[in-house]
Amino acid sequence: MSPADTTPVGTAPDSATPGNATPHATAPVLAAPAVDGPATTERWEPRRGSFGRLVRAELRLVLGRRRNQVLVAGLGLVPLLLGLVLFFTQHSELGTQGPGFIAQATQNGLFLVIASLFLCLPFLLPLTIAIGSGDAVAGEASAGTLRYLLLLPVDRTRLLAAKAVGALTFAAVAVLAIATVGLIAGGVLFGLRDVVLLSGTTVPLADGLLRVAGVVAYIGMSLTGLVAVGLFFSTLTEVPVAAMAATVVVSVVSAVLDSLGALSAIHPYLLTHHWFDFAELLRLQVDWGTIGAGVWVQAAWVIVFGAAAWARFTQADITS
Amino acid sequence: MSPSDEPAIVTRGLTKRFSSGQVAVDGIDLHVPAGAVYGFLGPNGSGKTTTIRMLLGLVRPTAGEVSVLGAPMPAAAHRVLGPVGALVEGPAFQPYLTGRENLVRMDACDPSADPATRDARLDRALGRVGLGAAAGKRYRQYSLGMKQRLGLAGALLRPRRLLVLDEPTNGLDPQGTREVRHLVRELAGEGTTVLVSSHLLAEIDQVCTHLGIMSAGRLVLQGERASLAEHRTVRVRATVRPHQVQAATSVLTGLGLEQVGVEGDEVVALLGTVDPAAVSAALVHAGLDLLGLQVLAPTLEQVFVELTGEGFDVAR
Ligand SMILES: Nc1ncnc2c1ncn2[C@@H]1O[C@H](COP(=O)(O)OP(=O)(O)OP(=O)(O)O)[C@@H](O)[C@H]1O
Ligand SMILES: [Mg+2]
Repeated sequence: MSPADTTPVGTAPDSATPGNATPHATAPVLAAPAVDGPATTERWEPRRGSFGRLVRAELRLVLGRRRNQVLVAGLGLVPLLLGLVLFFTQHSELGTQGPGFIAQATQNGLFLVIASLFLCLPFLLPLTIAIGSGDAVAGEASAGTLRYLLLLPVDRTRLLAAKAVGALTFAAVAVLAIATVGLIAGGVLFGLRDVVLLSGTTVPLADGLLRVAGVVAYIGMSLTGLVAVGLFFSTLTEVPVAAMAATVVVSVVSAVLDSLGALSAIHPYLLTHHWFDFAELLRLQVDWGTIGAGVWVQAAWVIVFGAAAWARFTQADITS
Repeated sequence: MSPSDEPAIVTRGLTKRFSSGQVAVDGIDLHVPAGAVYGFLGPNGSGKTTTIRMLLGLVRPTAGEVSVLGAPMPAAAHRVLGPVGALVEGPAFQPYLTGRENLVRMDACDPSADPATRDARLDRALGRVGLGAAAGKRYRQYSLGMKQRLGLAGALLRPRRLLVLDEPTNGLDPQGTREVRHLVRELAGEGTTVLVSSHLLAEIDQVCTHLGIMSAGRLVLQGERASLAEHRTVRVRATVRPHQVQAATSVLTGLGLEQVGVEGDEVVALLGTVDPAAVSAALVHAGLDLLGLQVLAPTLEQVFVELTGEGFDVAR
């Protein structure tokens, strides 16, 4: 006979209880504090605005984190350095080589914004976004804080949503850091003038500013698919670096596939295929169909990987 | 059934098989009455933490049912976990925030916490675990015991009906260990049910009213602390004159005691359900000089080792 058999479950409960020396005290007497105790008078339903507080706590965590601040500052250095290099080599080869945006920056500081984003888009921005979104859930898992958040209890769907807001905000901050520093540095070094569009037409500065703002918004939008991919990988592992690396790999592989002519059939659906279509906004007649295609592809990636992240995270065993 | 006599935790056939094939928890029927301090014992790797994770909805059972505070888990996790405080497999906080900032973040994420009373609750929780002075230090710089205390403070940020503490005294100094024991008693006195897991037997022995002992994924023993001590290996030791040892042996055997043996001038036997008074009466009645009679209740450690094996190596 196993020992468990000799002691049936729940035999004569509560005959010995802390803080009460009487061995024969009855259950209701002992349990009385549980009924009237502070835990039962407390409100346990979610309060109004609790999701807002969760999101704010997440943003404070993401934006207050030293590593993230260093990353953003590093991105901000790109337009500054580019501007300085162009300024001191205005008439050298560098100014005339390279893509048109870079050459144009010396004529009009507004183009320093575009040139900087153009330089960061293939690798530095994806890397930054991979770090932010890959860390979102996996970072909490590896620190062990994920289990304590879920025990509060934070609803898993809400937590994932808050994490998504955090990762998207970080991506937006990264893009805006480049744009803001680019605008200031461009203005100081080269001055802001009326804009000569790709089609050769000149439009007033205000129109130009609006178009550059459109470019910044389009690039930010273009990165949402990658944020979703990063978030998905982040729910798969307890090792943040693994999620970050996998996310970078996705963006690199996408770019490589996009460059293989033999695969042109799948090109329109690739994550990175439409990233550089922001140039469309610098034409006199913007082809909104091209812009729309870029938006749709990102929306599809966000939906697919967002849903995958949700399905995985709401079912996962939290063993970290 | 009113909420007060409803058990705090009940499981039926609770089983967890990890994707690796490892059966960490194997069909256990846990019963934690409301108001109890339940000592959850077991050697390393016996499945305590995995069980606790299933109780709290972090891990999905492969089979079996869990009811916590009367509601099914993990389905009702969002409804149930509010009044449940927990420390699972050690504390965990953001290393680059201070202890206090970490608690502020936790409280901000708690959907039912009242932001207006936050500071008061934080101060009280930090004071309760003796961490008031170190609250402004970064978590990264905390000592092991300070981290453990902050974890406890996190579990005490709100008043709780149920506290689940997995190895709460891990890394604490003797004072800290005593304080935790004191804290558990105090909370239990307020009506909080406490489930505390440990492999440090002496600690548990002193506070718990109920015991459950795990071994290799199974719950090998469960019940009230007092009754467990009785029904297990209570021994009796009778001291008689040296030439009477043989006679005493046959008297005890005649009484139906098991495992009768001789240790020097003393006769020892498993008492079982026999009244010690009957033993002394029988010995005296047989004309022996009874110089001493001792009833030896086992320590919890003896019970534990007996049930879970002597070996030091983890079972699996
Ligand atoms: N995520 C996992 N995947 C596979 N096996 C696991 C996992 N987590 C735990 N196990 C296994 O389940 C068994 C029980 O582990 P558990 O952590 O529950 O033990 P424990 O009783 O808490 O031990 P300890 O006293 O050392 O904390 C162990 O054999 C362990 O190897
Ligand atoms: Mg454990």
